[in-house]
Amino acid sequence: MTQFLSLLLNGLSLGAIYALIALGFVIIYKASEVVTFMQGSLLLLGAYVIAATNEDLGFALAVVLGLLVTVIGAVLMERLVISRLRGAPVISLAIVTIGADLILLTELTRRIGSDILSVGQPWGGDTVSFGDVGIATNRLLAIVVAGVLIGAFFVAFKYSSWGIAMRAAAEDGEAAALMGIRLGRVSMGAWGVAGVLAATAGLFATGSPTPGVTPSVALVALAAIPAAILGGLDSTGGALVGGLVIGIAVSMASGYQDNLEFLGRGFGPVVPYLVMLLVLLFRPSGLFGTRDVTRV
Amino acid sequence: MSDLTTTTAPSAAPPAGGARVAPPGPSRGRSTLLRLLPAVALIAVLAVFPIFVGGFWLTIGFSVFAAVIGAVGLNLLVGTTGQLSLAHAFFLAVGAVTYVYVSGSPGGVSTEYGGLELPPLVGLIAGVLAAGLAGLLVSPITARLHGIYLGIATLGLVFIGVYLLNTVSYVTGGFNGRLVPDFELFGFNFGANEGPYLEVAGVPFGRNERLWYLGLVLCVLACWFAVNLLRSRPGRALQMVRDSETAGSVLGINVQEYKAKVFLVSSMYAGLAGVLYALSIGSIAPESFRLPLSVFYLAMVVLGGLGSVWGAVLGATFVTALPLVFQEYAAALPFIVEPGQSGGIIAPQAASFLFGIAIILVVIFEPGGLAGLARKLRRLTPSRPSRGSGPGRRSARAEIPTSASADSSTGGTLS
Repeated sequence: MTQFLSLLLNGLSLGAIYALIALGFVIIYKASEVVTFMQGSLLLLGAYVIAATNEDLGFALAVVLGLLVTVIGAVLMERLVISRLRGAPVISLAIVTIGADLILLTELTRRIGSDILSVGQPWGGDTVSFGDVGIATNRLLAIVVAGVLIGAFFVAFKYSSWGIAMRAAAEDGEAAALMGIRLGRVSMGAWGVAGVLAATAGLFATGSPTPGVTPSVALVALAAIPAAILGGLDSTGGALVGGLVIGIAVSMASGYQDNLEFLGRGFGPVVPYLVMLLVLLFRPSGLFGTRDVTRV
Repeated sequence: MSDLTTTTAPSAAPPAGGARVAPPGPSRGRSTLLRLLPAVALIAVLAVFPIFVGGFWLTIGFSVFAAVIGAVGLNLLVGTTGQLSLAHAFFLAVGAVTYVYVSGSPGGVSTEYGGLELPPLVGLIAGVLAAGLAGLLVSPITARLHGIYLGIATLGLVFIGVYLLNTVSYVTGGFNGRLVPDFELFGFNFGANEGPYLEVAGVPFGRNERLWYLGLVLCVLACWFAVNLLRSRPGRALQMVRDSETAGSVLGINVQEYKAKVFLVSSMYAGLAGVLYALSIGSIAPESFRLPLSVFYLAMVVLGGLGSVWGAVLGATFVTALPLVFQEYAAALPFIVEPGQSGGIIAPQAASFLFGIAIILVVIFEPGGLAGLARKLRRLTPSRPSRGSGPGRRSARAEIPTSASADSSTGGTLS
């Protein structure tokens, strides 16, 4: 039972990280109809900047700088590339983000090399225990911060004028534009928010129990893509649910690895995709996604 | 797309067109011949290549042939039918592993693996069929999914593939992989200078030369099949599915079925490419079939030009040869250094940068890719004035004919 609770808690924290990334993915999709494969390199960019500057600037300033650089990167991508391609096929847009991801990831991999950089979180490798159930402080903070950020996003999405503009743009871009909503700004804002979410996820994904910043951290973002799909590409609530489901599934699969011996080593990383394929088989638009209805 | 246009040119073409825009009738055979001429010439040049160039270029050539087959297959799926797939690495792996298992011998030091020791030709066919079977198995999922959901679902297959490569070690050799058996056709060995000694025009034909011809023949067959497929009824149906699923189904096209079938064909292409890829890298390991392989295949079809067989050939050549050429001439090129040195970029990374930038530029400025660019250049040359103005020319994108500023003004004006 203790093991189960511990795995559940760790799964929730992992799920919180996935949810952050998946939410960014969904926001970008809603605002600009782009399925982005860039989240991985943005996440790594944020983590790398924090790791590279925290000795000179101190942790807090480094985090601010990391967030800023990631947001600038995301917004630049939107301004320079995506905004030029409004109305292009979804596939072209996805391919462009793969190209950008390739560039950014190659550069970061080149800079990081074979080192493992430390982000230098002040909480380091501490752990917190609730009775018998232990969890890394880093992971606990991830749950709290992700909860606050996601909550803030939902409030903004519902009540702020930016949120209303974004929902209108997602509902019917043309009508929204005619009502005076600037689609370019909405889309830029969405990429910016996704940048913040990715960098935050990067901060926690590189902390304990993960050793530090390595190029493979970008794979975390790839695992968040199934989370977004699972919930439904255009459902913000779905991203949250999807993230948590995937997080818990991964945590359980690696925790009970001994019982799953027949599946062999390295089963954990496959779990998100298996869960996704299973869901897609029965619900092709995810759990909460709007179904594609074609009017003739 | 250009492949389609010459045959569909209506007979109302202006007579000034001469032999190029020939009306359907007795002279049509001649126009087909003319159209095939560049391809035949290229094949002829490639066929005598091994006599003149050395092993390095032949090795690259064989890798290129393998990539061309895979890219042509992926292009049928992504370019022609408009279904984004990131699973190509998975199907390549299926083809490669099947070939190695069926034709390989049992062995292994730390991880034992088996092998059926059947003739390599059987292995090759089994590889293609197994990849096709894998494509069929996942098609219940893929055919139900719309464009972008498909792309992401196929992303999962790559990870599942790498996991299987690591786990099913009795077949795959596990983490360290296993050696790839030489190809052999009716007793004629394509491997390391074994078998009958062969010499053509004073050049001894070793492994590189022999594999070159194997690659060339398979590659030509694969392209030929794809060109014919695109020009036939199913090919047109696939393009209809890309342009509008609704309109397609109204016209009586079974959209689900066509999507599943093109997935099957595309994965069989990938299976064949996988066998050749395995032969070219010599041993298979999970490392060789990770996500970047899929991304590079996607880069090939995008850079070459979506929907064009010629484009896939160009794209595959570019993407496959560039890193290897960079590697070879690292000393002569600025910015590029040998691995381990500092102050520069190592060759594979330099190539990755270039691909990334090229992908973005192509999608923004020249959605037709290299094939589209070639088409434009050809129409700018004055020696063939009839090509540009033919009424039969239609294209996915509005193209501005014969104007010097065409290149810069097409994509950018949209923004």
